[in-house]
Amino acid sequence: MADIVFVSRRHSGQRIDRAVQVLVSLAALGICAFFFWIVSDLFAHGFGELSWSFVTELPRDAGRGGGIASILVSTVAILGVCLSVSLPLGTSAAVLLAELGAREDRFALLVRRCLDVLAGVPSIVFGLFGNAFFCVALGLGFSILSGGLTLACMVLPILIRSTEEGLRAVPNEYRMAAAALGMTRSRTIFRVLLPAAVPALVVGLVLGIGRAVAETAALIFTSGYVARMPTSFLDSGRALSLHIYDLSMNVPGGEAKAYASALVLLALLLVLGSAALGISDRWLQRRMIRI
Amino acid sequence: MTSSPSHLRLPAVPLIQIESLSVRYGSKTALREVSLTIPHGSITAVIGPSGCGKSSLLGALNRLSDLVPGCTVSGTVRFGELDVHAADTNVQDLRRRVGMIFQKPNPFPLSIRKNIELPLRERARFSRAQLDERVERVLRDVGLWEELGDRLDDSALKLSGGQQQRLCIARALALEPEVLLMDEPCSALDPISSATVEDLIVRLSETCTIVVVTHNLAQARRISDELAFFWVRDDAGVLIESGSTHRVFRMPHAELTAAYLQGARG
Repeated sequence: MADIVFVSRRHSGQRIDRAVQVLVSLAALGICAFFFWIVSDLFAHGFGELSWSFVTELPRDAGRGGGIASILVSTVAILGVCLSVSLPLGTSAAVLLAELGAREDRFALLVRRCLDVLAGVPSIVFGLFGNAFFCVALGLGFSILSGGLTLACMVLPILIRSTEEGLRAVPNEYRMAAAALGMTRSRTIFRVLLPAAVPALVVGLVLGIGRAVAETAALIFTSGYVARMPTSFLDSGRALSLHIYDLSMNVPGGEAKAYASALVLLALLLVLGSAALGISDRWLQRRMIRI
Repeated sequence: MTSSPSHLRLPAVPLIQIESLSVRYGSKTALREVSLTIPHGSITAVIGPSGCGKSSLLGALNRLSDLVPGCTVSGTVRFGELDVHAADTNVQDLRRRVGMIFQKPNPFPLSIRKNIELPLRERARFSRAQLDERVERVLRDVGLWEELGDRLDDSALKLSGGQQQRLCIARALALEPEVLLMDEPCSALDPISSATVEDLIVRLSETCTIVVVTHNLAQARRISDELAFFWVRDDAGVLIESGSTHRVFRMPHAELTAAYLQGARG
């Protein structure tokens, strides 16, 4: 009797296992399907508009004609400002959190709490803050600089958290070995720990780039939406995502160009992401084998 | 294996003098009131069961204990004229003079060459030629030059465990330490690598004073001149007996030592 109960239990257990497996696979399949649906929709509507001149020409007729050259330049410039500010700041903060303060340190706790809140703040709030602080208080106006700095505030939590986790994942033996060899903490951080944490840093970087390039709401109030070719960082510049929004919502007949711009945005993300990964990989190879 | 006529050496001048040293982690006492003298030029083996504070002892000698959160050290450790735990002691300098080898080989994720050069470059400015010369010398010292001399730019992590441990020793030697602390340097290695490292320890004792923690009594007997036997009493490590290895194995003063050495305890 006991045997039979045991067997039937095992059978029901197996059934649950199978059911869970099927459900999980279905969920994974659903996610893939959703992704392919979006991409194929973009291709179906936007691929016809894609051409070399689309990338090199200035927009005409509110974006219905011409290309997106000025938009691309603005996008890259905004991203450049964002990263050149957020990377050094983020790395320093991560070093502070992971290496220099104890985990239960009050100050570190405060910083971490702030980061968690920041990571959850809606981007429109960042936009309003950026407008009030960078555009008005600092007098930068609607400019690429204001937009980039606002985005830097947005991606900092992502960068810091992933770099911090990366540093924490570095085996403690390296710290012990370095200390036992009379190496100072700072040299240990820069020569051993940070290089070892680079893969995690790059993951954060790629996520941050993704968030920055896709941002629309925060940029409306900070870098503005002038579609002209910017001539300085203090010029207003329209980011790609904003261009897509404008074409699809405010410009009748702009849908095709919006789709094409979205394809370019997707490609830009892919290129930047794989470039970051590739460069860091090469650098790591060189660094680990020969500084 | 190794022959050790070392117990025939003359008693040497004390290099490290430990007086009523206690090490605590928070409220837990790891080591209580230890007094011990490490003679210059000797190999001192530290033996005893797990948790008797052997590693804590080593950590207190090069102040690696500073890195352990909540660790407090009391008592004095004199290294020559230097008061190791004084507030104004230059810790970096101390650790260059008192090298340390860990149980698990811990090379940096860098090339073989960089592993040795990185700590050297921080000590002083060396020319490329000086660095190359030093790298070759220490690798020869640990017998890795023949094996690895032509691939110094390979990753150190690709080496075998025994090679990694010898690289770690070479890395420590490059700083020309006066003392090498070794925390069970052979226990993570296979028997052949272990024998190689053991031979190496004996050879190194010609230029370095060595303190080696080991669980291997036969090894302690083979290589050491001095023996320090630790035990756990009231949840804290205490020193039961120390003296020349020859004497302690032949005529242990404490009953506990005799029992442990015969394998009856621990």
